[in-house]
Amino acid sequence: MKNLHLKLLALTLCALGAAGTWYKVSVIGLPLQPDAETLVWTVEARINFRAEGGPSQLHFHIPSGPLGFTVLGEDFVSGPYGLAREVDGNNRVALWTARRASGEQSLYYRIRLAEDRNGNDLLTGPQPPFPAVPDYPEPYGSAAMALLEDVRQESADIASFTRRLLLRYNADTPDEGVKLLREEADNDLEHTRNIIHILAGARIPARMVMVLQLRDRMRRGNLESYLEVHNGSEWIPFNPRTGQRGYGDDLLAWYRGDAELLTSSGISGAQVEFSAARTVREMVSIAEQRAAQQGSLLMDFSLLSLPVQTQNMYRILLMVPIGALVMVFMRNVVGVSTFGTFMPILIALAFRETQLLWGIFLFTVIVAAGLAIRFYLENLKLLLVPRLASVLIVVVLLLALISILSHKLGLDRGLSVALFPMVILAMTIERMSLVWEEHGPNEAIKQGLGSLAVAVVGYAVMFQEQLEHLIFYFPELLLVVLAVTLLMGRYTGYRLTELWRFRHLLRAQERS
Amino acid sequence: MIRFFRRLREARLLGMNQRNADYIMRCNPRCYYPLVDDKLTTKRRAEAAGINVPRLYGVIEIEHQIRRLPELLQGVDDFVVKPAHGAGGNGILVITGSRNGRYRRGNGLLMELDEIGHHISNILSGMHSLGGQPDKAMIEQRVVFDPLFDRVSYQGVPDIRTIVYQGVPVMAMVRLPTRMSDGKANLHQGAVGVGLDMGTGRTTTAVWKNTFVDTHPDTGEPIAGLKIPAWDTLVELAARCHGLAHLGYLGVDVVLDRHRGPLVLELNARPGLSIQLANRSSLLKRLDRVDALGSLPANPADRARLGRELFALPSPPEPQQQTQPDKVVEFPRM
Repeated sequence: MKNLHLKLLALTLCALGAAGTWYKVSVIGLPLQPDAETLVWTVEARINFRAEGGPSQLHFHIPSGPLGFTVLGEDFVSGPYGLAREVDGNNRVALWTARRASGEQSLYYRIRLAEDRNGNDLLTGPQPPFPAVPDYPEPYGSAAMALLEDVRQESADIASFTRRLLLRYNADTPDEGVKLLREEADNDLEHTRNIIHILAGARIPARMVMVLQLRDRMRRGNLESYLEVHNGSEWIPFNPRTGQRGYGDDLLAWYRGDAELLTSSGISGAQVEFSAARTVREMVSIAEQRAAQQGSLLMDFSLLSLPVQTQNMYRILLMVPIGALVMVFMRNVVGVSTFGTFMPILIALAFRETQLLWGIFLFTVIVAAGLAIRFYLENLKLLLVPRLASVLIVVVLLLALISILSHKLGLDRGLSVALFPMVILAMTIERMSLVWEEHGPNEAIKQGLGSLAVAVVGYAVMFQEQLEHLIFYFPELLLVVLAVTLLMGRYTGYRLTELWRFRHLLRAQERS
Repeated sequence: MIRFFRRLREARLLGMNQRNADYIMRCNPRCYYPLVDDKLTTKRRAEAAGINVPRLYGVIEIEHQIRRLPELLQGVDDFVVKPAHGAGGNGILVITGSRNGRYRRGNGLLMELDEIGHHISNILSGMHSLGGQPDKAMIEQRVVFDPLFDRVSYQGVPDIRTIVYQGVPVMAMVRLPTRMSDGKANLHQGAVGVGLDMGTGRTTTAVWKNTFVDTHPDTGEPIAGLKIPAWDTLVELAARCHGLAHLGYLGVDVVLDRHRGPLVLELNARPGLSIQLANRSSLLKRLDRVDALGSLPANPADRARLGRELFALPSPPEPQQQTQPDKVVEFPRM
């Protein structure tokens, strides 16, 4: 096969680029779109209490890997207390202890969470032991059994059973039996406990979860109870008050089980208050943190680890290969002639700062003025290098002049003219004047316009927000660009301009 | 557009990309480029091989030597200054005579000696060379052109470009300067390209600025049917240049001197594609025919004969009325 080596190389490069990109998108969660944002919750629990002077200890539940969220970070403000974090069954616990503390104290726990929409939302767990049917007192027992029997008739599996049960139990106009069952449970916690108790009558494993309803700018929030039932393979959450299945986007499971949120000794008047605030953050920075937590080497050695100023430079530098690809395309496939191989790319880079129309205007003005001066210098019969240097000096002066004039006129866009690569401009002027003399003004203007056209195309391609984002966050895509460029290096087909060049010959051959 | 592409492919025209990738890169080893890019080297090697070239009067390599220009030009009235690394006919200065210390250029303008010095200094600083590297200036004999093309050229240097593939001359054209090309025989700059029948050396069709013409745009004279004198010698000369440069895909530029016959002016490692337009025929087909031969004769004369036989037109163009076969006729000078 022709060019097998090249094709294999290109294929390998493409595969490497695609693999790197795939990893970053699916594992680290870098967004393919620029400006992709995600919600970040900052939740704070504040514990106020009075220490009684002696040794004191606080045992406070904290969330452990909540569903639907990525934990971005946790902080503890512990004051004089020593902090230990422990795992207690399904839960995590912060243990604050002090040998001697007295007076009003405040401890803080802060967790930052990002919404994780594509994360796993199944709470798998091994089958817990089936609860024994409780020894209900009468008439509670008959009411419970009657309700369970009704619900069993109307349901197919554990999930639908639970849902039916909750709907019946929470009905606005309950029947006599449910009224009886609801009699004892007068607060939220009792309500859920009562339901778990009834579910045990059907030998369904259920547990209580304490959740925090997240609301923006919430202060003094409280935990609510939630219900989880096990269906043999996973825990299914239900809102015990409405029968709604699952945690919404804004429910944070704080801990599981029927234990107290805070247990303590040596203190009095303990109070826990929750507050929450919602902010919007770029998915990119979330992904960075996630990568740091996962210890991803690829991200550790990515451009994001550089200082921001250097990063900004690379944002532009990494677009140069795209420009080079445009250049290859324009020259070898389209067949445009330009001054210098990569001059249009550098001009396109300058356009980024000046904006397109201003850029074209300023470029034309400088090259035209430079050409005029170059033609004057021609009369002086200077040697090549001094002449180039003179043109360069004139170009710098022109840049300064344009900046000053435009500033005085209040056109601040004109200031950005200083970003044009002046050496490149000087070389362009020199080459253009040579072409002008040797091949006539037509050819010079044709090549000048060609360069400008390629610069505009390059600008349009290089500085799309989408492409810029992709290349900066997935620089391995440049391997794909390299592969395409390599393949174009063996393109032996015709150039578009050759259609024009050979058109008469084609027509003549057709006639004969 | 795609239909157009397909027609181009069916016509087997050689495109720029294919020329570069399939012929120049494959047949022309980079290390031999200096042999053709430096016209001084080409000239010296050609002289050593007994190939006729315009006589060299002198070489100026450093700025300082420009002062010695008057000595160098002592007794020489007409000459050509050209950069050793020039491309596309740029930087060539033709002096046809001198009067009272002033020199008359090919286009009739007068020039002071120090203007010639400045031109040489520009050449030395690399203004006309490929890539702008410092260069040498050659001062050589001005070719007194064979009058054959006088009626169909406007000033300047008509020359004959032959493409030599693997030592076999495959296609040739005459390049006639026009007013537009400023005396240069470069098709890009507006010279007329005239196809040549490889068998007889007679001019056939012509192209100017990518359009077909029958007459010279400046003189209005018909172009077809002119016969190149000593055609067989010229083709053999081109074939011999293959050994000179070791390039498999080579352009040989020859001028016809009134007294010395065909002289090799320069060799080109990247000959252009317009020769196809001038001949109205595909280069690719001819290159394929050479490839299909398998073994090629080693002797340049045999290869030249091979090229003449393979690529002779089935019906050679009618000779022009004024021209008699195989004999050069003097036309009244313009």
